[in-house]
Amino acid sequence: MNHFDYVRPTTIEDAVAAASEPGATYLAGGTNLLDLMKGGAIKPARLVDITHLPALNRIERDEGGGARIGALVKNAGLAYDDEFAHDFPAVAEALLAGASPQLRNAATVGGNLLQRTRCAYFYDPASACNKRVPGAGCDARDGLNSNHAVLGFSDACIATQPSDFCVALAALDAVVEIAGREGQREVALTDFHRLPGDTPHQETRLAPGELIVGVRLPKEAAAFAWHSRYLKVRERTSYAFALVSAAAALKIDDNGTITDARIAMGSIAAKPWRAYDAEAGLIGSQIGIEAFAAAGRAALAGAAPSGDNAYKIPLAQNAVARVLARAAAGTPRELPALPGAPFATATGELAHV
Amino acid sequence: MSLAIQITLNGESRAIELDDPRITLLDLLRERLELTGTKKGCDRGQCGACTVLVDGRRVNACLTLAASLEGASVETIEGVADGPELHPVQQAFIDHDGFQCGFCTPGQIMSAIGLLREARVHGDPERVREQMSGNLCRCGAYAGIVEAVLDAERLTARESERGVA
Amino acid sequence: MSEFVPITAPARQRQQASIGQPVKRRDGVAKVTGAATYAADNHPKDMLHAVMAVATIANGRVRALDVAAAKAHPGVVEVMTPENRPALAKNPDDRDNPFMFRLDLLQSDRVRYANQPIAVVIAETFEAATEGAALLAPRYDVEPAQLDMHADSEAFVPEAVGPGAPAESHVGDIDAGLAQGSHRVDSTYETPAQYHNPMEPHAVVAAWEGDKLIVDTPSQAMTIARGRLAGLFGIDADDVLIRSPYLGGGFGCKGALMSPQVLGILAAKMVGRPVKLVPTRPQMYGPLGHRAPTSQTLRLGMDDAGKLTALSHHARTTSSMFDEFFEPSANISHTLYASLAISTTHDAVRVHTGTPMFMRGPGEASGSVALESAIDEAAHACGMDPLAFRLANYADVEPISGKPFSSKRLYDCYAQGAERFGWAKRVLAPRSMRDENGLLVGWGLGTATFPVIMFEAEARAIIRADGTGVMETGAQDMGQGAWTALAQIAADSLKLELDQTVFRAGTSDLPDGGVAGGSGHTATVGNAIDAAGRNAIARLIDMAVADTDSPLHGLAADQVEARWGRLQAVDDGARSEGYADILRRAGLRELEGHGRGRADADVGERYAMHAHGAVFAEVKVDPDLGQMRVTRMVGAFAAGRVINPRMVESQFFGGMIWGLGFALHEKAETDPRTGRIMNANLGEYHVPTNADVANIEALIVNEDDPHVNVLGIKGVGEIAVTGTAGAIANAVWHATSKRVRRFPIGVADMIAEPATAD
Ligand SMILES: Cc1cc2nc3c(=O)[nH]c(=O)nc-3n(C[C@H](O)[C@H](O)[C@H](O)COP(=O)(O)OP(=O)(O)OC[C@H]3O[C@@H](n4cnc5c(N)ncnc54)[C@H](O)[C@@H]3O)c2cc1C
Ligand code: SF4
Ligand code: FES
Ligand code: FES
Repeated sequence: MNHFDYVRPTTIEDAVAAASEPGATYLAGGTNLLDLMKGGAIKPARLVDITHLPALNRIERDEGGGARIGALVKNAGLAYDDEFAHDFPAVAEALLAGASPQLRNAATVGGNLLQRTRCAYFYDPASACNKRVPGAGCDARDGLNSNHAVLGFSDACIATQPSDFCVALAALDAVVEIAGREGQREVALTDFHRLPGDTPHQETRLAPGELIVGVRLPKEAAAFAWHSRYLKVRERTSYAFALVSAAAALKIDDNGTITDARIAMGSIAAKPWRAYDAEAGLIGSQIGIEAFAAAGRAALAGAAPSGDNAYKIPLAQNAVARVLARAAAGTPRELPALPGAPFATATGELAHV
Repeated sequence: MSLAIQITLNGESRAIELDDPRITLLDLLRERLELTGTKKGCDRGQCGACTVLVDGRRVNACLTLAASLEGASVETIEGVADGPELHPVQQAFIDHDGFQCGFCTPGQIMSAIGLLREARVHGDPERVREQMSGNLCRCGAYAGIVEAVLDAERLTARESERGVA
Repeated sequence: MSEFVPITAPARQRQQASIGQPVKRRDGVAKVTGAATYAADNHPKDMLHAVMAVATIANGRVRALDVAAAKAHPGVVEVMTPENRPALAKNPDDRDNPFMFRLDLLQSDRVRYANQPIAVVIAETFEAATEGAALLAPRYDVEPAQLDMHADSEAFVPEAVGPGAPAESHVGDIDAGLAQGSHRVDSTYETPAQYHNPMEPHAVVAAWEGDKLIVDTPSQAMTIARGRLAGLFGIDADDVLIRSPYLGGGFGCKGALMSPQVLGILAAKMVGRPVKLVPTRPQMYGPLGHRAPTSQTLRLGMDDAGKLTALSHHARTTSSMFDEFFEPSANISHTLYASLAISTTHDAVRVHTGTPMFMRGPGEASGSVALESAIDEAAHACGMDPLAFRLANYADVEPISGKPFSSKRLYDCYAQGAERFGWAKRVLAPRSMRDENGLLVGWGLGTATFPVIMFEAEARAIIRADGTGVMETGAQDMGQGAWTALAQIAADSLKLELDQTVFRAGTSDLPDGGVAGGSGHTATVGNAIDAAGRNAIARLIDMAVADTDSPLHGLAADQVEARWGRLQAVDDGARSEGYADILRRAGLRELEGHGRGRADADVGERYAMHAHGAVFAEVKVDPDLGQMRVTRMVGAFAAGRVINPRMVESQFFGGMIWGLGFALHEKAETDPRTGRIMNANLGEYHVPTNADVANIEALIVNEDDPHVNVLGIKGVGEIAVTGTAGAIANAVWHATSKRVRRFPIGVADMIAEPATAD
């Protein structure tokens, strides 16, 4: 790890000022930042420790049922807030499907949004990576890329954003609250991450020095509480990043007709991928395997392999169909023992039986 | 630059001079405070061998920057037993052969203690498995670990009942 | 040491208290309190920290290192490179025996594999040393790397595979056998490079006191390591003290002393202060051994009754460019199934990787997954239940040699395992079982086997004036439970209670404890201990019967026996006295006995000696998402005398979980251009987590083996890896009807078109 300056501001203004210097970066839980620094993938000159900033570690609810989550709320703290989990169950399930209990206790809401890709070449300073060193090339293109993007990638970069949390947030139209030198602004989570294009090193809409102060879930999001799920497919039962993940939230009337639908997918693009067309196609349909499978196909329209990863397309289609079936079956009173896992399914939800 | 932090370490208040801002909690414990019970298996948050409790919650000490711990309370494996009296989780690990080489064990035990404080297991082995998955055990002592955690949960529940009665 | 007691006592004369008891780990309190000191927990005064810089290319030369930048980093004390590394008395590329490996000790600027050590930075702190190593920013002359194990033109037949096994063996006429069969299997299975990944890295804390060397480092074979160090540094073996009281796992990669350990010692020599060097987790993927990848082709012929007419097993493997270990995968086919003809062959290709070496079940594990998959395919081809097929081909004598088995209760393993698992309810056709949620369910079986291996070890027994005992041997506990099981044998050998027996192990200044490997440690050291204890008792008896003041005076030695710290007349229990009385009268502070354990070559000539087992696995597969979970495993194992069933069960669990990882998780992913392993960490190189192990059971099938050794011990450490991986692969096939022949089986295999349909 390179030598760095360590500062620990106590006000947001001081933090923003300290982080606006070139080479400065924020330190929250440190679970991604220190990992990358230890591997030599990033070498910040200054760490601005925000963990002692006041008032960023609260979960606030508004009258209408919306929620405002401070950027320093821990991933576990949010998932285990019973009231929050009750109203936004897919968010809680996504959080608990990620990383490990230890990491979730350290990882913050803001840090999770800004976690970097897990592309192995990005992590490896000896490899060429446009994201790490603009213009250097992309060793993943012709390398090991079985878990890379199938949507929204470019010649410059085929990496994915790996967050579980962000997928559920994207489905529920979350908004990111940002503080900068010019004051506060907000960006929809679906716009927060950028696709790589020719500038894969520019990953989000944050300007240098800008601080995430919180994430807001609008009151409309809570209205999906009865039919909200998260699903994560991975190579190991726990403690592994997703190959593909999907969040779904539905409103269903008494006749079993879908009146509103939200779908987002993870680990298939450089941002959590909202499937608007698939959502639109569902509205007015009867819940059922056919509608869900069609939504899965629609969600992956335009997808293409970026390497040795063609399997991710049918896999993501099936994941969307499955998470919709789960959401339609109803949010369980208690999260399953293995949150987000394909196992412990509810009877009858399998699409291709 | 020298940095000072004030922490509570295994119940004792400590003022600690950090000779380097890069020091992680793990290297602080192991290389500077002679608390080597906490182990380093990967140094990257991928194994759980370094699990300690910070403010009562289990975290990976290898990804915790020591400088940021100002004001925090840290509990390590060395602070778990009450003199010669083992903590119920420690005893349960012995009783159920919840380890072989023992290298992951301090981390497993701190993680189990953290888990029981979270109080979300409710006697369900599947929940224990999932909630203990942040601690790899290459020896494969998982069956014993799950039994140990369930056993310790039962014991602590009984003790707190007795405490109330 | 001069007196050794030959192992001649009848096998079954022993009925003591400790052996066979499920005693809890005697090192348990130390381990659960954090008090157990592993190598990296040592911190001698004035210690410095060393960190290796490793190569990012697989073939070429280091052209430049920015030593000045590293040295300029605050806290950096010294940088060790090929140019200034202290001289060695022996070339690290010399190799005298199959258990010795060539080392990378900065002997030149040559790079032979990615992650090879190329320099060592020594600093006041770990942080400074780490950054110093990064600042070296090596530049290379890169040469093309050979990485393709399928390069047939490069293949050759090694002289020997494993530690000295023949590369080829044949009985009967394979082509005739294949022609004779009415059914046929011809399949190729690929297994990947796997890394041991003990949770504890190969840490070393080295301190020189003049020409004397004290080393804290995990070792599965301290005596060999000590000899290696003495040779490399040109010092007397007695001047090297290795302390390895606890190993944080070994699995083979701590069997030989490895380059990073020696580099730490060199660094200490260079700076004249104690040094700690701990490889990082990524650095463990290269200089510390691995299980080589294999490509194995099995050709089986079966007649109409489902009997094997031919079993041909060819294994391609790899070794490094500069040293040799050839994974002996095909030899698993020597022992398990009777066949009219058997042929096993190996060839190999050299690639630019670190040298492969012994890894839990070397050859057996990788060979078993191929063989058990092929046997399952054969059963299917014959329309038979996989268990019925295995029974139809049950070997009553060892197929390759025709020798009788010293003992073989495999039949009971099948029967007890099948009963416990409920195998009879299995539906024959694949993809025809579902659970209540619609997940595909598959049941698979694999046969487990592992040879009885013994090394050589010595032990010293002491009976003390107070009547208590001490047993000393440089045994190593890497988690298998030596501190406990060997102490149990020690207590019984001295006819004392366990808590009256002090057991000393884990340092190289004790009698040679041999090798904790090959699943042979308990057998080897156990028999040494047993012999030492009996030797001490025999000497005590001689003293008593010769002592006119003893109530036992005048009895023949064989008329006296030891029980619970007393000697007594065999036919008159009232004629007895305590050990302490005898020593007190003789004015002795203590009395010693010596013993040695080693294989009896003659027995090996006459018998085939193996442990056996049967593993049954249930796997559930999501039909749409392809994610798999092993929901149930039952293993039944017959492995001779069980010293401590609690520890043995844990060994079986561990082995089965390794089998699970083999089947579904473990794989090093090498970039085909650079030869760098891109998942060299525990986040992306998956080993099973707790949640991957749902229900696991290990049944111990009693087995009395009168031949293997005096104590009747076989070995339990590795056998359970075999059988399990195949059982899981077979269960995946049974669940899905997809036969995946490339390991590990992953989600993509379930989603994409089946690799090959059955
Ligand atoms: C072994 C391992 C497994 C993991 N598995 C998963 C998984 O399965 N699913 C998953 O989703 N995640 C996983 N993670 C990633 C984990 O979720 C992230 O590391 C974590 O969420 C980051 O949060 P943090 O608070 O620790 O961020 P930090 O590491 O402190 O910061 C991350 C980045 O965000 C910036 N930052 C942090 N807070 C702010 C803020 N408020 N404003 C502006 N910038 C900020 C930092 O400057 C830094 O660039 C895993 C991590 C590890 C190490
Ligand atoms: S895919 Fe993106 S992150 Fe990965 S190497 Fe290419 S540019 Fe870098
Ligand atoms: S050492 Fe911290 S998680 Fe492995
Ligand atoms: S006991 Fe060895 S790693 Fe867990």
